[in-house]
Amino acid sequence: MTEEDKILQEVTTTDYKYGFVTDIDSDTINKGLNEDVIRLISMKKNEPDWLLEWRLDAFRKFQKMTEPEWANVTYDKPDLQSISYYSAPKPKKTLESLDEVDPELLKTFEKLGISLEEQKRLTGVAVDIVVDSVSVATSFKEKLGELGIIFCSISEAIQEHPELVKKYIGSVVPKTDNFYAALNSAVFTDGSFCYIPKGTRCPMELSTYFRINQAGTGQFERTLLIADEGSYVSYLEGCTAPSRDENQLHAAVVELIALDNAEIKYSTVQNWYPGNKEGKGGVFNFVTKRGICHKSAKISWTQVETGSAVTWKYPSCILKGDNSIGEFFSVAVTNNYQQADTGTKMIHVGKNTKSTIISKGISAGKSNGNYRGLVKIMKGAENARNFSQCDSLLMGDQCGSHTFPYIEVKNKSARIEHEATTSKIGEDQLFYCNQRGIGTDEAIGLIVNGYCKDVLNQLPMEFAVEAQKLLSLSLEGSVG
Amino acid sequence: MNLQEKLSQSFKDLGSRLNGSESKSLRELRSRSFDYFKGQGFPTNQDEEWKYTSLNKIVKRDFDFSSQVSSEILAEDIEPFLCEGLDSYKLIFINGVFNKSLSMLGSNEKFFVGSLKQGMKEMPDIINTHFGKLADTKQSLVALNTAMANEGAFVYVKKGVKLDKLVQILFVNTNHEESRMMQTRNLFVLEDFAEAQIFERHQAFNQGHVFSNSVTESSVGNQAHFKHFKLQNDLDSSSMVDSTFVKQGANSSALVDTFAFSGELVRNNLHFEFTGMHAEAHMDAITLLKGKSLVDHHTFVDHAVPHCQSNQLYKGIYDEKSKGVFNGKVMVRKNAQKTNAFQQNNNLLLSDFSSIDTKPQLEIFADDVACSHGCTIGQLDEEALFYMQTRGIPLKEARAFLMFAFAGDTLKNITIPELKTQLINLVARELKVDLELNEVIT
Repeated sequence: MTEEDKILQEVTTTDYKYGFVTDIDSDTINKGLNEDVIRLISMKKNEPDWLLEWRLDAFRKFQKMTEPEWANVTYDKPDLQSISYYSAPKPKKTLESLDEVDPELLKTFEKLGISLEEQKRLTGVAVDIVVDSVSVATSFKEKLGELGIIFCSISEAIQEHPELVKKYIGSVVPKTDNFYAALNSAVFTDGSFCYIPKGTRCPMELSTYFRINQAGTGQFERTLLIADEGSYVSYLEGCTAPSRDENQLHAAVVELIALDNAEIKYSTVQNWYPGNKEGKGGVFNFVTKRGICHKSAKISWTQVETGSAVTWKYPSCILKGDNSIGEFFSVAVTNNYQQADTGTKMIHVGKNTKSTIISKGISAGKSNGNYRGLVKIMKGAENARNFSQCDSLLMGDQCGSHTFPYIEVKNKSARIEHEATTSKIGEDQLFYCNQRGIGTDEAIGLIVNGYCKDVLNQLPMEFAVEAQKLLSLSLEGSVG
Repeated sequence: MNLQEKLSQSFKDLGSRLNGSESKSLRELRSRSFDYFKGQGFPTNQDEEWKYTSLNKIVKRDFDFSSQVSSEILAEDIEPFLCEGLDSYKLIFINGVFNKSLSMLGSNEKFFVGSLKQGMKEMPDIINTHFGKLADTKQSLVALNTAMANEGAFVYVKKGVKLDKLVQILFVNTNHEESRMMQTRNLFVLEDFAEAQIFERHQAFNQGHVFSNSVTESSVGNQAHFKHFKLQNDLDSSSMVDSTFVKQGANSSALVDTFAFSGELVRNNLHFEFTGMHAEAHMDAITLLKGKSLVDHHTFVDHAVPHCQSNQLYKGIYDEKSKGVFNGKVMVRKNAQKTNAFQQNNNLLLSDFSSIDTKPQLEIFADDVACSHGCTIGQLDEEALFYMQTRGIPLKEARAFLMFAFAGDTLKNITIPELKTQLINLVARELKVDLELNEVIT
């Protein structure tokens, strides 16, 4: 076996390191999906009538939809009736400080390397932690409050800022957008809500850590982020999930609204449980993420995807306003039997709109990585500009890489460039490194890091470190 | 009666007309294919492969399947549609029927150039070995053609023989009022070390609607060299779905060069596969559209053997209300290491009403490969235009020259001077380029 083969062997046999189960008392409702469950969720969360109606409408439309099959992934469809749609850690009392948080829970975060106090004290990151479906700790809220920034769980926002929620929820991702978005609209239990007032620059990175915890619990997060005129916000989202044998469904919806001159930077590090090396278990990650840019606004998506058994995710930008900008930077790593069908949609509606897509795929083991993207230039989008680059790196001869870029242009002034390459790590590059005294192992790490640099550079500092950690975990043995 | 019912009737008529004159295996193939077509029907926008191109309007027309009155066509009528000043073999089909007197046939112990029907009579073994062997039976229109087509060009070149002249194939339609559906079928067989070049054109003489469903199978042996030029410059009342299947042996080279200048709807399906290593496939195309024309290029290159190479170069210029579609797919299978696959699609949109949908796809299962695709949509370089204007070239001419240069890349693989000149002239005429002025400048 050559050195390279050994490394690949190691890569393809590494176990998931973050697999553990935390025992917390949970308030779980019976499995199943019907109108009563939705009414129950709505009631438990003490929601206003309009939201219940909205959920029920989404559910009725959802029932008429069928699960999409166009993605280049194969999996056993999750049985939606065998999922419990509400699971919340039992509220003991209202929490005011970290001391009151369930110690078990704190331990979980410690294992993940997310110490709340650390984060609070050293990094200045406000963390709104979501375990399963209900947020249990929100920090820095008061500090943000002084600036008029609202950063809370969506259930809280529904109680306290119903006018904002009512105005924007479902405005970017309509409740009938797709099968899983409709499901989410009907049964979402919690998520984050953020509002940045006019002309405000959010002084810290906002962040939410998601974890799927309760066995057999689907997680349906709903994130709504509104940046009012001239504001700026950088939002981080990261996730790791414990090891499970049965598949878990994660169908989140994220809606971003960037009003005139606003800028939103949304970064994700995703490391749900990918299944074991036989391809058993793992999380189904079927997420709908979309943002709308008004005049001169900018939305930038950055994602590092290393986890999940099946990923099905296309963070998109609707460039509605003139001079708006959309960006998408992605690293997607698949290993063992993982499958990823991911990419972006850039819909150019306004004049002088610009978009950039940089997608880097790395496939190893027996996995399959897909890039699926759409660049659409509408008729009125004068002088639209798009640059897309999607590169794939194949490690080993049993994996696959696929590229499906759709480009639709209806305006003659558009300038579109798209390029894609697929290759393996060059033998001459490895040879050069070896010859300079760098071992094959380290050399591969060096090259992969360099390959992903364009994307990793887009991440905020704190996240870049974590992303690199995840990259090396996913491709252990090949990343130095 | 809708088109599908009419086709069923027509298929029955064909069966009784042939009256068992064809071999049993062929009869079975035909009925199997027709059943498949009946099950599938015509493709709709719901099919991913037909997402951007709708046959709806065409298949709703009232097609006439009664036997056509053959009209009198003279040699001078067809001359403008053939490559002039070139000694070549000619295969002329009028309304789907082979016209021997207008054609120039070639047949000896080394090769055969003639019609498919002749071939079935004179060399049934070759036909039985190759007919229907490459065409994808899982595409409904190809299946329909396999079921119903019994005429087209047949070229057979024996081992080590280089066909001395270009083969020109012209399909003429003369219908006036009624709509006609044509099923043409070509078969080209090149044995090992053979060489051949083919020029194919479909032309309507009158404004009656024609819908051609054409299928070509080309079998290229080891170390053989094959070039196939297609000129699609038909009337705007004509539409065509052309499916071409090429199979290449080791060390062979094959080129399909498509020139699409008009037509109501033209759909080109190109399918390449390799059976031996070190084969080279080239696909070039230039699309220059005006009016309401739609041209859809679909390519599929199946790399299942190592060390093969494929090159795709698709250029398009779209004006007025025309629409272009490009869908290129490269599949590199698990064992096809050392594959080189390149795909390029460049487009210019000239009008606010023109549009382009492009989808270059790569599906790769082998790790030691170099595959890439590039796709651009843009306008002419402002600086180049300005420079030319400072040199006294009016804007209109400057634009024409730049477009001519843009399109010119796709002409590089044409080696027959007369053919090249004719195609250059055609491109120049379409782009309104003054070639004499061009020569003065360059």
